[in-house]
Amino acid sequence: MLRRLITTAVFAAAVLGPVTGPVQAEDRFITVASTTSTQDSGLFGYILPIFEAKTGIKVKVVAQGTGQALDTGRRGDADVVFVHARAAELKFLGEGFSTKRSPVMYNDFVVVGPKSDPAGIAGSKDVAAALKTIAEKKIPFVSRGDKSGTHMAELALWKVAGLDLASIRGEWYREIGQGMGATLNTAGAMLGYALSDRATWIAFKNKGDLQIAVEGDKRLFNQYGVMLVNPAKFPSVKAADGQAFIDWLVSAEGQKVISEYKIEGQQLFFPNANDPNG
Amino acid sequence: MVDSTMMLSSLWDLLPVRDPAFFDIILLSLKVTLTAVGAAGLIGLPVGAALALGRFPGRPILIVIINAFMGLPPVVAGLAVFLLLSRSGPLGQFGLLFSPAAMMVAQFGLVLPIIIALSRQTIEDLWLEYREQLTSMGAGRLRAIPTLLWDARFSLVTSLLAGLGRAFAEVGAILIVGGNVAGFTRTMTTAIALETSKGDLPLALGLGAVLMALTLVINALAFAVSRLGARFAG
Repeated sequence: MLRRLITTAVFAAAVLGPVTGPVQAEDRFITVASTTSTQDSGLFGYILPIFEAKTGIKVKVVAQGTGQALDTGRRGDADVVFVHARAAELKFLGEGFSTKRSPVMYNDFVVVGPKSDPAGIAGSKDVAAALKTIAEKKIPFVSRGDKSGTHMAELALWKVAGLDLASIRGEWYREIGQGMGATLNTAGAMLGYALSDRATWIAFKNKGDLQIAVEGDKRLFNQYGVMLVNPAKFPSVKAADGQAFIDWLVSAEGQKVISEYKIEGQQLFFPNANDPNG
Repeated sequence: MVDSTMMLSSLWDLLPVRDPAFFDIILLSLKVTLTAVGAAGLIGLPVGAALALGRFPGRPILIVIINAFMGLPPVVAGLAVFLLLSRSGPLGQFGLLFSPAAMMVAQFGLVLPIIIALSRQTIEDLWLEYREQLTSMGAGRLRAIPTLLWDARFSLVTSLLAGLGRAFAEVGAILIVGGNVAGFTRTMTTAIALETSKGDLPLALGLGAVLMALTLVINALAFAVSRLGARFAG
């Protein structure tokens, strides 16, 4: 029986295909560390097949928070990082983990909250005032708390509002340390507010009693940048194929494809590779 | 709020049964888990038996450690394998991170202590029962190992199933070392985690139902095989 079990296991492994099979078959691939917003919104599902068909380079996306994605690049575990937190990206550049950052596109953040609007901020275009109200009334606010680009943007917005989060935070401020979708699920369940990138919000399917409370403030701008991990630091980096992906993203064709991605008729990302301030 | 009765009634409609990627995900789950459990069984069963019969200094401590590792949190196992396989880690040059092989290694590490610990207990009990018989037949402790493994074969299936259950249901370790890359390292459990975070709760629940059905089928098969085997073995 034991021998038979072992034989079965070995046989099963053989039938299901050798461990290294798919790795060798997909020889030409790059690993991209990116954010949950680009994956959860469905953008990659739309643009990657177009790139892969054109170049034959398969793109493997590991979707993490911006902070974690940059760390993945710092360890040499990705060829390209595609994230949205300009200050953190410039730090990555400064440390020599990449030699060039290219702006790709932007979308914007929105503050979402319960339809009952306990803070009374719905319809506001002033994100700083809205956050102040939430803090004063101690209405639940769900924070990503995961060093993602959205989390960093949120922390910056509290500062813009003139609030010192460390001194005012209490039970109402809930850091959950998870992705955008999980944060929206939690905000829905706790009847609290949260900052979300618009793309994830539009694609999110469990909106429940949530709605957009604040949008349209210039300070809610969300820029995405892409960088090749420095091959001088990590010889394993697939520089040529990684650069080909970056070049395609910022090319006229890549920019057009990005602008064409829509959910329910709404454009989610706005290409701006040529914006010097991007 | 999503109505849970509506969720259940429309589960089948929601499952992407016509999507080939859906079957790739199931197949990858099976492949990773069966390979990890198969390898852990190959090593764990003899080691468990040797630990049951062997007498050497530090044996009690080793047993306690292995028993404790049965409760190894998957995220910790995942993190350890991640650091090992990272390009900046000691085994970085093989480029195994974010691959199915990395997930197999992590699950192997999770399952091995379970199989060793459970098979050790089974074999030790059996040894206490048949000790006199076996020694009178002239079998030393080491020589008794194959006999005991063979005699305990039906009970040992349970230890393999315990390992299988652990690996099949696990998400913490493979999410870290596999990276949940679409079409490459996305399994049933990591897909469920992803769909939950996308707010697509009905689809996540549907995938969960498929996962549980598969677990049930595997256990039913193992049960039937060992029952049949026990009957024919007399």
